Amino acid sequence: MRLEILNRGYGPGTKLLFALVRVFSGHPLPDAAKLVFYRPAFYGSRAKDFTHEAMRGPSAWSVADRELMAAFVSKVNQCAFCIGAHSATAGQAYQDSAKVQTVLADLDSAPIEEGLRETLRMLGKLTREGKVSAEDMRQVMSAGISRQQVEDALAVCAAFNTTDRLADAFGFELLSPEDFEAGAKYLLKRGYR
Amino acid sequence: MRTEDKKRAAYRALVDRILNGAGRSSPEQRARAFAGSHIGPHLDALIDKVATTPAQVTDADFAAAQAAGFSEDQLFELVICAAVGQSDRLYEAGLAALYEATVDGEADDAT
Repeated sequence: MRLEILNRGYGPGTKLLFALVRVFSGHPLPDAAKLVFYRPAFYGSRAKDFTHEAMRGPSAWSVADRELMAAFVSKVNQCAFCIGAHSATAGQAYQDSAKVQTVLADLDSAPIEEGLRETLRMLGKLTREGKVSAEDMRQVMSAGISRQQVEDALAVCAAFNTTDRLADAFGFELLSPEDFEAGAKYLLKRGYR
Repeated sequence: MRTEDKKRAAYRALVDRILNGAGRSSPEQRARAFAGSHIGPHLDALIDKVATTPAQVTDADFAAAQAAGFSEDQLFELVICAAVGQSDRLYEAGLAALYEATVDGEADDAT
């Protein structure tokens, strides 16, 4: 990562934890996970709470749908690390990675429910243009999406607009496809806490 | 009045901590990074890119800020504030549009 403190600035206990993860999982700890261990009282602790609540808290959206939203927002932001991480996680959650790739390649023709499609379209516009209209929201809700679901989707959007920016600004190292799949398995089992 | 949901409460706790809690940069610097407003000539490019074109951040952007006297810990904080600040504008814009679209539903909920 671009700041040396994010590569080496951890206490002995945290360094030991990183080493144990590497040995027992057989995979390096992703930079996204390392970041939240650096001075966690400043950012990591509350960022984990919010991201976990958005991605795994109660919602009418499935975990798979929310991971797809994370991958989609990351695609709009052109954040390679987060596209890799969350398309892998959504693929495992749906047990259908082709579906995820189809959505990321062409939302308009992807074989998904209209409510999810309209929601992704709205999140894409918001992320790209910085604004959406009441009419955009009515369009989402006319496709059968509740107001609470829109709020939940906006929370996912906020979480990943932050993470995408930090991934690119701090320079998270890309993982191999195998390591992204291993990370996805962990995120589905344990969430973001 | 509608109770703010847990997601938004967790989000507000994050924003409050990074802006108002203890840090190595001043609360004023963090507020400026969050808002995307001017901090100093050697930091503005980095902060602006984090908010608008994060994929274009380079080593040179960090090097320029460090050469101007910002420590790594200060940059860690200010980059986070810039990232969360942009997300905050998006979140608020989305919620405002939603409330405008559902103003009747809001009134029903309050009764």
